[in-house]
Amino acid sequence: MLNKKDLLGIKELSVEEINLILDTAAGFKDILGRDIKKVPTLRGKTAVNLFFEPSTRTRTSFELAAKRLSTDVINFSVPTSSVVKGESLVDTAMTVQALGADFVIIRHSSSGVPHLLARQLKASVINAGDGTNEHPTQALLDAFTIRENKGQIKNLNIAIIGDIAHSRVAKSNIYSLTKLGARVRLIGPPTLIPKEMTSIGVDIFHDMGTGLKDVDVLMMLRLQIERQGKGFFPSTEEYSKNWCLTLERLSLAKNDVIVMHPGPMNRGIEIVSEIADGPRSVILEQVTNGIAVRMAVMYLLAGVKR
Amino acid sequence: MKLLIKGGHIIDPSQGINGLGDILIEDGKIKETQMQKSPPPPPLRKGGRRGDNDTKLRTIDATGLIVIPGLIDMHVHLREPGFEHKETIKTGTLAAIKGGFTSICCMPNTNPVNDHASVTEFIIRKASQDGYCFVFPIGAITKGQRGEELAEIGTMRNEGCVAFSDDGQPVMNSLIMRRALEYSKAFDVPIISHCEDLTLSGEGVVNEGLMSATLGLKGIPDEAEQIMVFRDILLADLTGGKIHIAHVSNEGSVNLIRSAKKKGVNVTAETCPHYFSLTEDAVYGYDTNAKVNPPLRTLHDINAIKEGLKDGTIDVIATDHAPHHKDEKLKEFDAAPSGISGLETAFGLSLKLVNEGVLTMKQLIEKMALNPARILQIDKGTLHEGADADIVIIDKKKEYKVNAEKFVSKGKNTPFEGWVLKGTPVVTICKGKIYEW
Repeated sequence: MLNKKDLLGIKELSVEEINLILDTAAGFKDILGRDIKKVPTLRGKTAVNLFFEPSTRTRTSFELAAKRLSTDVINFSVPTSSVVKGESLVDTAMTVQALGADFVIIRHSSSGVPHLLARQLKASVINAGDGTNEHPTQALLDAFTIRENKGQIKNLNIAIIGDIAHSRVAKSNIYSLTKLGARVRLIGPPTLIPKEMTSIGVDIFHDMGTGLKDVDVLMMLRLQIERQGKGFFPSTEEYSKNWCLTLERLSLAKNDVIVMHPGPMNRGIEIVSEIADGPRSVILEQVTNGIAVRMAVMYLLAGVKR
Repeated sequence: MKLLIKGGHIIDPSQGINGLGDILIEDGKIKETQMQKSPPPPPLRKGGRRGDNDTKLRTIDATGLIVIPGLIDMHVHLREPGFEHKETIKTGTLAAIKGGFTSICCMPNTNPVNDHASVTEFIIRKASQDGYCFVFPIGAITKGQRGEELAEIGTMRNEGCVAFSDDGQPVMNSLIMRRALEYSKAFDVPIISHCEDLTLSGEGVVNEGLMSATLGLKGIPDEAEQIMVFRDILLADLTGGKIHIAHVSNEGSVNLIRSAKKKGVNVTAETCPHYFSLTEDAVYGYDTNAKVNPPLRTLHDINAIKEGLKDGTIDVIATDHAPHHKDEKLKEFDAAPSGISGLETAFGLSLKLVNEGVLTMKQLIEKMALNPARILQIDKGTLHEGADADIVIIDKKKEYKVNAEKFVSKGKNTPFEGWVLKGTPVVTICKGKIYEW
């Protein structure tokens, strides 16, 4: 069991805890392959998806994970809630808890919101993405997918490509993959990679040609097109010319490289369709693994007696 | 009322006093200070009334304690008018008294903004009714703090404003700042600058560095402060106006001010206790009580600020007391307002500089009383004969644990909760009243 109430970020997890979650997820993945995909493990528990930002895949994945464990799920929809009437975040969360939530799965545009709620709530808070801080379950499902494909994570060369500065997926992956012993490199324009990252023990490249050499795993990030016009890069066209993953660039990596993407993809901007749909892509495996990992997280957090 | 403070260690840099002695107070003014020359200490004569069975004479035994002029805080947000849920003139001035301050300056970012003599008049009238300590308002440089048109600096000066600042909404237009520095010369008042290039700090909420990257919070680089420090130094040099740099937070700013002073520019500067007590690490875990503007920096900057205090580059320690309601701080880090409720912890935190050997006790009193009085040209921060009896008695050894719930300020927002501080005011005398803690 995880000896904690909440899953706030990978920063807060030890290597042992990460491995425990991944091992537990492997067991749950078997269940997902069965004819009857549901177990009574967490029957009688209630999970609330408290999403303050639009999300389809993460919210659905959490919802399915909870349902597979026989947990009741409520989707708290922000546009129809009291939030639009000016209710404070903490009050909203306290209300959700008073309704009987055991898990509060939170996504918010502001970094640190899960930490704020974790201090206020007795329920387990699971971070489903906070601002530009972390998206821990995405990193866990990514680690799970890499482990399945490569056997282990230690000593792999893993490149994360794109808008690192604004990506909580990248942050969580940097923490988890370095903790698990991979050599992580970041590739992208200097405006989108905070230079402080080098002190966390990663290498920074701005050129795809040199950055992709000898890479075992390629993690593409979604280019947040709404950043255009804010001075981070001149145009999506120029971005693509320099940092889109093309077949030619892919050939610089190792032959058995796997290509990942957390979705949703901008085809033709950061990744070409031939790769996204090609043999090196594990993008759809990531989606399936997400359910198993999220089941594992809920199961392990539920074990803490409070 | 007559009051005798007996046997304390009196430190008054304004008169070069530093030794054991007695102070006699009569009708709220300092009547006489008598230093002990050599042991045994001679008793103070009290205007021939000794032995007259004068029951109106009260004596405070200050043996083993330090007696200093009441401290002056030139950077306070009193929030009244307009934001009385955060603080009022009454609660803010009581917090000042508790912290050892007998005079404070209140920033103009109230509602309405103190950009007109009528608002100044309201603050001064309210402070004379409700205020436990003396209040000297700071007027806005521009109307509505909008940075577009100069406010009526001369009229507000006549009404009682002692300095002018747009504080948290810095004057971005260099021409307007130039005009303010030029125009204010006619009234011989300092312009106080909150140095922040808003286009560079953007939506930043913490120091730009390892912590902003780690927490996924938008960062504010040191340079956002330095660019404006340098601009304002250049404009002060150009115009001959007086510039006072508010809350210096980083090494680069200290260096810029140091070299400007060497060059003879009319610049003074302040820092706040949190900038020499805390690093950016204090925001870890998204503690909104450590959210302050400018943001907490690094150990490197703390050391530079201490060096700047020591060599005189930084003239003043002010609090930037910025009380907020609990509900306002219990928010998303991005959404929570910046600021620390500082009046009730400032002296204990600053005294650490003396205990660490950064400053002498005399220098500390200069930075917290004499220098602000000189910059603002107010007859405070001194124990000379005839001055208002604004006196603080300090117990250097008394330890206390910071407990925000016990603050008399409405603002309980402190990142120092649970800190054990050594040295605290035990008696504050102001406006003819004696407060003992």
